[in-house]
Amino acid sequence: MKSSKLLKSFESYGYVYLFWLIVFFLIPVLAILTYSFLTRDFQGGVRLQFSLKGYRDILNTTYLTVFLRTVFISLISSTLSIFVAIPVAYYIAYSRFKNFLLLLVIIPFWTNSLIRIYAWIFILGNNGLINQTLLRLGIIESYIKFMYNNFAVVLVLLYTYLPFAILPLYSSIERLEKQIFEAALDLGCTKRQVFFKVLLPNIKQGIISAFVFVFIPAIGTYAVPELVGGKSSRLIGNEIARQLTTAKNWPAAAAISSVLLVITIVAVLIFMYGGEKRETR
Amino acid sequence: MPGSSVTIRNVDKYYDDFHVLKNIDLEIKENEFFSILGPSGCGKTTLLRIIAGFEDVDSGDVLLDGKSILQLPPNKRPVNTIFQNYALFPHLTVYENIAFPLRLKKFSEKEIEEKVGWLLNLVRLEEHAKKKPSQLSGGQKQRVSLARALANEPKVLLLDEPVSALDAKLRQELLIELDNLHDKVGITFVYVTHDQSEAISVSDHVAVMNNGVIVQYGTPYEIYESPANSFVATFIGESNLMKGEVTEVLSESYVKVEFPTLGEIICYRDKPVKEKDWVLVTLRPEKIRITHSKPNISDYSTTNIVHGVVDETIYMGYQTKYFVRTDEGYILKVYKQHVSYLLDEKIIQWKDEVFLYWNPDDSYIVEVEED
Repeated sequence: MKSSKLLKSFESYGYVYLFWLIVFFLIPVLAILTYSFLTRDFQGGVRLQFSLKGYRDILNTTYLTVFLRTVFISLISSTLSIFVAIPVAYYIAYSRFKNFLLLLVIIPFWTNSLIRIYAWIFILGNNGLINQTLLRLGIIESYIKFMYNNFAVVLVLLYTYLPFAILPLYSSIERLEKQIFEAALDLGCTKRQVFFKVLLPNIKQGIISAFVFVFIPAIGTYAVPELVGGKSSRLIGNEIARQLTTAKNWPAAAAISSVLLVITIVAVLIFMYGGEKRETR
Repeated sequence: MPGSSVTIRNVDKYYDDFHVLKNIDLEIKENEFFSILGPSGCGKTTLLRIIAGFEDVDSGDVLLDGKSILQLPPNKRPVNTIFQNYALFPHLTVYENIAFPLRLKKFSEKEIEEKVGWLLNLVRLEEHAKKKPSQLSGGQKQRVSLARALANEPKVLLLDEPVSALDAKLRQELLIELDNLHDKVGITFVYVTHDQSEAISVSDHVAVMNNGVIVQYGTPYEIYESPANSFVATFIGESNLMKGEVTEVLSESYVKVEFPTLGEIICYRDKPVKEKDWVLVTLRPEKIRITHSKPNISDYSTTNIVHGVVDETIYMGYQTKYFVRTDEGYILKVYKQHVSYLLDEKIIQWKDEVFLYWNPDDSYIVEVEED
């Protein structure tokens, strides 16, 4: 009796959350979808008249390029982040100082992300830390251009979203008994085989989560390409902002957002379904 | 599958400043069931991990059939380990867990099927072949890990507290099963445990370890009946451990010892003692007989008798534990096995006056104190 009462009170919390999601997530998303089918008002905003012009405005090679670049950069960043995160997560999971190390992973979130992105300018810039050091040491004779290109965007995306990859991987590695790696060695595995035949298959779900957790924010990123990207590294987020502000084309902005939403949903479904299928084999 | 002999030669091991293993020398014969017994932290698991190849030694050597294996990594040693927490691969079914070492060795699908089938039968898990480890009980998991290790055809099987995580009844069952398995596969088993009853019930030989040294090596019988020192006497089985002074050397095997709270007792010795030596004597509680009336014994010079009052009784079903306070004030543990409890002439109860008697052979001198 008592436990069912407790459950009831949890249920009511659920309704609060549901209400929150409807008001602040579902309704805005529906509003964006609606805006994408309305007519542009040149002062900004929309007029209540059905139109497909928003979609027609973005149906050209320029936008296709930006879309493809965004997906490509997001895929690269999420893949790289997994390569970096697996060894880090493994180390943390079996470390004596795991609580402290987890704290270190989370600490960056305590600082405003704009400031953290800005900090990279001081590291990568022409007068930045790396260039200055290399110049002083005489290793290079003129600046290397690290900034304002796709390299900088991928690097900073990787930096920004790495914790999102480390945490799910950590929790899936931490669940594993460390002894299974010794058992694998004992049964004849080389160290390579321990990694591919024992570690990887056991953390598959963690890898999928990590991938999705990095891919989703990366594909919608705005600040990173704005601050460290160049002309040739504008991403979808920047285009949405431009349509909304300088171009004052709200239906086009809404149309890009809607397409982005569809791409994200499809991508996530592919990752999840792909994982499920291999699971049952 | 014939097993190998294992020789541990002068092995020393440090963790930082902590001397875990101190000059360990051990000879494990081929195909025997060998136990390493000791309290936690005595170094027994470290020794096992050294044989498996998970730990290095600081000095000394480990030989298999007379050849050093220290240079071989774990995956090259003809040795497999059974872990206390089973260490099954969670992503694989029971079948695939057992097939794992065979697939590494590139056996054909047909060979794998044959061999895994045989092993599943050996550990009686045929109907669980398709389950994942998470769907099995502890005992079943350990049987899978046994089958998986045996699939690799090791010369030596190392078992690191394999039944400790199970409840008492299951522990007994699996232990008997291990013993049967050992008879069937006929390879060398090295069994590490802190549980003395496990070690003495299944082993051919036992090494008792404490603080990084082997304090006694022998058959289970030798270790129980003639413990090398007071540690072994109290660690293995239960014991009344008493300290007294030798008053008279009776013969090559017997001396009289005066105990401050027990009086003069005839004790057995297999080590040199002289008058006025202080000695530690062990007396197993089950070796003492307890009666209401003074026993009718023909020769009092060959039997020890003391008189006392029952201070406490603990009825255990199959036996009763009595704590008897002797006239001089010493409390002796006495365990009486019930052959036919209700038919025993008169049940001994709390506060009853009783006589205790035992054969002098059973009061055994374990240690002679150095002056």
